[in-house]
Amino acid sequence: MEYQAKELFAKHGVATTLGKVVTSADEAKAAAEEIGGVTVIKAQVKAGGRGKAGGVKLAKTPDEAFEHASNILGMQIKGLTVNRVLVTPATPPLEEYYFSFLLDRSNRSYLCIASVEGGVEIEEVAKTNPEAVRQIAVDPGTGVDEAKARAIVEEAKFPAELAEQAVTLIQALWKVFVEEDATLVEVNPLARLEGDKLEALDGKVSLDDNASEFRHPEHEDFVIHEEADPLEAKAKAKGLNYVKLDGEVGIIGNGAGLVMSTLDVVAYAGEKHGGVKPANFLDIGGGASAEVMANGLDVILNDSQVKSVFVNVFGGITSCDAVANGIKGALELLGAEATKPLVVRLDGNNVDEGRAILDELNHPLVTQVDTMDGAADKAAELANG
Amino acid sequence: MSIFLNKDSKVIVQGITGGEGSKHTARMLAAGTQVVGGVNARKAGTTVEHVDASGATVELPVFGSVAEAIEKTGADVSVAFVPPAFTKDAVIEAIDAEIGLLVIITEGVPVQDSAEFWAYAQGKKTRIIGPNCPGIITPGEALAGITPANIAGKGPVGLVSKSGTLTYQMMFELRDFGFSTAIGIGGDPIIGTTHIDALEAFENDPETKAIVMIGEIGGDAEEKAAAYIQAHVTKPVVGYVAGFTAPEGKTMGHAGAIVSDGAGTAQGKKEALEAAGVKVGKTPSETAELMREILKNLV
Repeated sequence: MEYQAKELFAKHGVATTLGKVVTSADEAKAAAEEIGGVTVIKAQVKAGGRGKAGGVKLAKTPDEAFEHASNILGMQIKGLTVNRVLVTPATPPLEEYYFSFLLDRSNRSYLCIASVEGGVEIEEVAKTNPEAVRQIAVDPGTGVDEAKARAIVEEAKFPAELAEQAVTLIQALWKVFVEEDATLVEVNPLARLEGDKLEALDGKVSLDDNASEFRHPEHEDFVIHEEADPLEAKAKAKGLNYVKLDGEVGIIGNGAGLVMSTLDVVAYAGEKHGGVKPANFLDIGGGASAEVMANGLDVILNDSQVKSVFVNVFGGITSCDAVANGIKGALELLGAEATKPLVVRLDGNNVDEGRAILDELNHPLVTQVDTMDGAADKAAELANG
Repeated sequence: MSIFLNKDSKVIVQGITGGEGSKHTARMLAAGTQVVGGVNARKAGTTVEHVDASGATVELPVFGSVAEAIEKTGADVSVAFVPPAFTKDAVIEAIDAEIGLLVIITEGVPVQDSAEFWAYAQGKKTRIIGPNCPGIITPGEALAGITPANIAGKGPVGLVSKSGTLTYQMMFELRDFGFSTAIGIGGDPIIGTTHIDALEAFENDPETKAIVMIGEIGGDAEEKAAAYIQAHVTKPVVGYVAGFTAPEGKTMGHAGAIVSDGAGTAQGKKEALEAAGVKVGKTPSETAELMREILKNLV
C-alpha cells in the first residue's frame, strides 16, 4: 500500500512526505489538525484507480477531513474494503512525472521506465505517445550508479534544473529496489512541487516473498492480516500455499503446475455435473509430509462451500505413502467432523504403498480413482450430489 | 542420442551431504547416472556412501569446491541442492569452474539472485537449468535432478515443461512410447534454459521424433516459443497450457505464475501455439492422446 511504500522510500532516503495513517474519521480529523492547512485523504488499499473510485479527496478543514474519511473508510475499491486512510498535506504538483524500476521477466533482466508525462493517465500516455515513456534496460550485474542515474535522467528528459535532485532520487529508489528485494518500485506521480522540489507523491512497492523469507524478516510487518480471507489466513499461518476460489470441489495437489492443471480438469468435468467448479488452489509442495497433508485437508474441509475434495498427487519428491498417511492422519484427527467425500488419485514414487495404505484404511468417505480425468469426474459428480 | 545429458555425463552434487542432496544422489545413482562426487566446503575430504544401479556400494568423495571436483573427477554436470540463501554463491562458483551443465533444483531463490547469476552467466560456458525445477532425465541413461526415473523409458518423445509435476504426469501418460529426454525448466520468473533452448536442441536431436511442450500462465515464454516453432521447428509439436481457471492477479504457487492485465493468460498462450500450428490439448491426457496420434503415423 501507498503508506508502506512511502515508509520504504523514506528509509532509503527518497524524498517523500509520510503523512499519517489512520483507521477512523476522528483520527483523520486530529491528523488534519496536526498537519494544518489543506490536506488530502487517501484510501489505502492494494489497488490502482483509487482516485477514480472516489477514494482520494481534498480537505480544506479538519471537519472536511472527518467527513471525507467517514465516507472513504468502509468503501469498496476493486473488491477491497478500505480500512485505512492516509492524511497528507496537500501539495499540488506543478508537474507530474513517472518513474519505476521493475523485473523484466521477458529479458531476464531489470528495466527502468521513466516519463516526464506522469500521473494517473500514464497507461494512456504509453499507448498514445510511447516515445514519451522511456524504457531503459538496467544490467543486474552492474546496477545503477551515479553515471547510470545520470544517463536515465538524460534519456527521460527530466528538466535540467531538476537533474541533480533526480539523480539523487533515482539512486535512492535503486537502493529501495535492491536492498528490499523488490520486483517493482514505482513512483507515480513523481512530482515537481513549489520551489522546484522533486518528491515521491505516491508509490507502490512489490516485494519478493522468496527474499523476504530469509533476508527481510521485517517485511512480515507489512502484511495486513485482516484483509485476507479467514481460510487463506489460516492456511498462511500453517505455511500452506492456498488460494480460495468460488467453487464446490476442494483441491489438494503437489506442484503449482499440476494443481493449476487439476483446477482446469475439474472445471471441464464440472461442465457435465451441474457446473461445479474448483473451490480453491492448494499446493502441498515438493516434499509434502503427512502433517502438511493433514493441515491442508483441515483448511479445505472447513470451507463451507466445499462439497467434495479431490486429492491429486503425482509423487516426485513427495512419496505417495506420505500423502496416504497424511490423509489417514487427517481423517483420524477430524473424526466425526469429516463429512465430505474425498476422491484420491495417487501416482509416482511409492504409489503401491500409498494405495495400499488407503485400501487398508477402507474409509467410507475415501474413493480411489486411478486416472486424473476419472478422479476429476468423480469429484465433480460428488460435489453435484 | 538425447539432449544435454547422456550415459557418459559425469555428475556432481552441490549439497551432497544435505537431506535432499543425499536422498536424490541415491536416486540418481539407482537410475544409472554416473554420480562421481559432491561438494560441501565444510565436509571436504570426507566421503559419502551410496549404492549404485548394480547394487554395489560406492564411496563418493566430497570436495571443497566445484573446481576441485571437476579437476579430480572430470565432472561435466552439477546438480545443486543448496538452500536458497546460498544458491547464488553456489551457482557463481559452478560458472567460474566452467561446469558444462548446472541444474538448480532449489525452490525459493530470490528473483534478484537469479537475475544476477543469469547476467553473470552470459558469455560463460555453463548451461543453467532452473532454478525451482525437477531437472533433466534421459531415460535409461542418466538423471540430473529429482524426476522419478521409473515413470517412462527411452523413446521418441522430447518433453519440455515449466512445471515439475506436469513433467511427471506427461511422462506417465506417454509411458507407452517413452522419451529421448525430458526437461523441467522451472516456473520462476527468471530461469536459465528456456522452452526455446530445449526446442532447438530437440529439433537437432536425431532420436527425438516429436516434442511435447508444457507451459503455464505468466510471462511470455510460450508466446515466444510459438514464434520460434513456426520459424525453426520441423518436427511435430504438441502443447499443453495449465492455468485456464486461475483467477487474475493471484499468485498460484510459483512466483512466476501470475496473470495480470490479460497478458500471459492460458488462453493467450494456447492461441499463440495454435497459430503456430501446434496442437494444444485441454487436459494432460488429451494432450497425450494428440501426441499418440502423431506418433502412430510417424512409426
